[in-house]
Amino acid sequence: MAEPVLSVQHLVKRFGGLTATDDLSIEVMPGELHALIGPNGAGKTTAIGQIMGEITPDAGRILFLGEDVTRLSTPARVRRGLSRSFQITQLLEDDTAEDNVALAVQARAGHSFRFWRDAFGDARLRGPARAALEGVGLPPARWSLPVADLSHGERKQLELAVALASGPRMLLLDEPMAGLGASESLRMTEVLRGLKGRIPMLLVEHDMDAVFSLADRISVLVYGHCIASGTPDEIRQDPAVRAAYLSEEERV
Amino acid sequence: MHRLWRDERFWAVLLLALAALVPVVAPLLGSPATVGLATRIAIYAIAASSLNLILGQGGLVSFGHAAYFGLGGYAVGILYAHYASGEPFLGLIPGSNDLLVTMPVAILAGGIGAAIIGALSLRTAGVQFIMITLAFAQMLYFLFVSLKAYGGDDGLAIRRVVPVLGMNLRDPATLYWIALGLLALWLFLMDRIGRSRFGRILAGVRQGERRMAAIGVRTYPYKLAAFTIAGMGAAMAGALMVNYLRFVSPDMMHWTKSGELMVMVILGGLGTLLGPVVGAAALVSLEYTLSGLTEHWQFILGPILLLVVLFARGGILGGLRRLAGRPRQHQAQPLPPEELPSGELPPGDPVAERAAHG
Repeated sequence: MAEPVLSVQHLVKRFGGLTATDDLSIEVMPGELHALIGPNGAGKTTAIGQIMGEITPDAGRILFLGEDVTRLSTPARVRRGLSRSFQITQLLEDDTAEDNVALAVQARAGHSFRFWRDAFGDARLRGPARAALEGVGLPPARWSLPVADLSHGERKQLELAVALASGPRMLLLDEPMAGLGASESLRMTEVLRGLKGRIPMLLVEHDMDAVFSLADRISVLVYGHCIASGTPDEIRQDPAVRAAYLSEEERV
Repeated sequence: MHRLWRDERFWAVLLLALAALVPVVAPLLGSPATVGLATRIAIYAIAASSLNLILGQGGLVSFGHAAYFGLGGYAVGILYAHYASGEPFLGLIPGSNDLLVTMPVAILAGGIGAAIIGALSLRTAGVQFIMITLAFAQMLYFLFVSLKAYGGDDGLAIRRVVPVLGMNLRDPATLYWIALGLLALWLFLMDRIGRSRFGRILAGVRQGERRMAAIGVRTYPYKLAAFTIAGMGAAMAGALMVNYLRFVSPDMMHWTKSGELMVMVILGGLGTLLGPVVGAAALVSLEYTLSGLTEHWQFILGPILLLVVLFARGGILGGLRRLAGRPRQHQAQPLPPEELPSGELPPGDPVAERAAHG
């Protein structure tokens, strides 16, 4: 069996009395789209924060491409190939969509102690940036608009383009469909389907249609603990999952 | 032509070219004192523009920028004092009264000072950063107040300065042109930096540290480099100021001076190329005019600043832009109806939020 791209082992994170991550173990295999689902407050975003190094876990290990990255800073992990998108978009609001992506390309291209050449006209930055924007399906007419003028759906697309532009060897996607309309959700699903197989992904998402149509494997998180992990069919049949999660959704 | 009219660089060149005529025009209008006023404006413009690199571009609210202005000034003053006494500084470095020597030393001193203070204070952020930069600047202020060897409270006078490349610095017009030339050079540098990869990182630091970490950028070294460059610019302005006043005192690094530099940047237009220059011109000439009218000129200046900050968002430059009918940097294109977002609205209005924070 191939070695996992990402291996989270017995991760624990407590906030005061609350155990946000409770002995969490997940593996993401090469080329796999692994979905992480669970009710609100199950600790999905906290888990992503720990994998990215934004939150320090209390216990456990995180291995990325066989290397222990548990103690590395976020930028160091990103340089090793981890990349995330944010549920609440974190974009540079004054800059244009293209500038946002170009900055991610620039960050990947090495140090930025370059004071002289015009970065706005640098084809080595603009080319890959445009390719990433095209890849997520943002119409070229919107590329030169400041992010503050973009719609919510466009910001979500841009968020993904920025994550892709940093040249990831694995993507962590935190609710890329949150707040999207039905047609926008479908478009995002298609974009992710296009990426599937090329880049391993850990997808946190509430849109169950998208999750069950995209995922190779699903892990279900409840109160910070992984209660089940398996193929979409296995998860659908799993009684514990039905009790804890799916039934609750249906009731709503 | 239309594009040219919108380019800030075009206006910068035009303004500098017009400003170069001041020593020619002023005597014709019967007010030769204007040259002195213009010199002060040019010098403060350099200092304000250097602060703008970190405050406007990088969003780092440094409240101690006058420290580097003063360091530059004292470098010139102390070198002169040792030149006059004939004793080398620290028993090693001979004194000098040559601007070609004192200016680079001043810039170096400002750069080293800023690198040290920056290295320590950039480990903090937000209000802590504001307070720690202020604290360091006040420490330097009191250090120079207590240095009796260099005049302490009373400061140092600089009596004789050798001509620079055959130019007599005692001639107001010559000194003005030197200051203006250095301002032009500095603005050119700021424009290049603003558009460079380094400048892009600074813009990212201003708009979202979290995003910068997520794309793999450790921002600390970039912030420190910007802080150091800004300190060097302020020191250059300080060295010029001491050559203009022929006097240096701890007042140059008092916290109110840091505040004045901040006011210039914000008044003119934060994060723009010309804003700090316009702000320096506005503040220096307002002070000059109002103090000629009344002793309590600050009583009038306060409300004027308040009005500009309240009603001209983006400072004087932002106000001018709006008057010229420019909604923002990029012309917004109307959204085709089928592209309208059908989902929920993004949390909060980012424009309003930025205004509230700024």
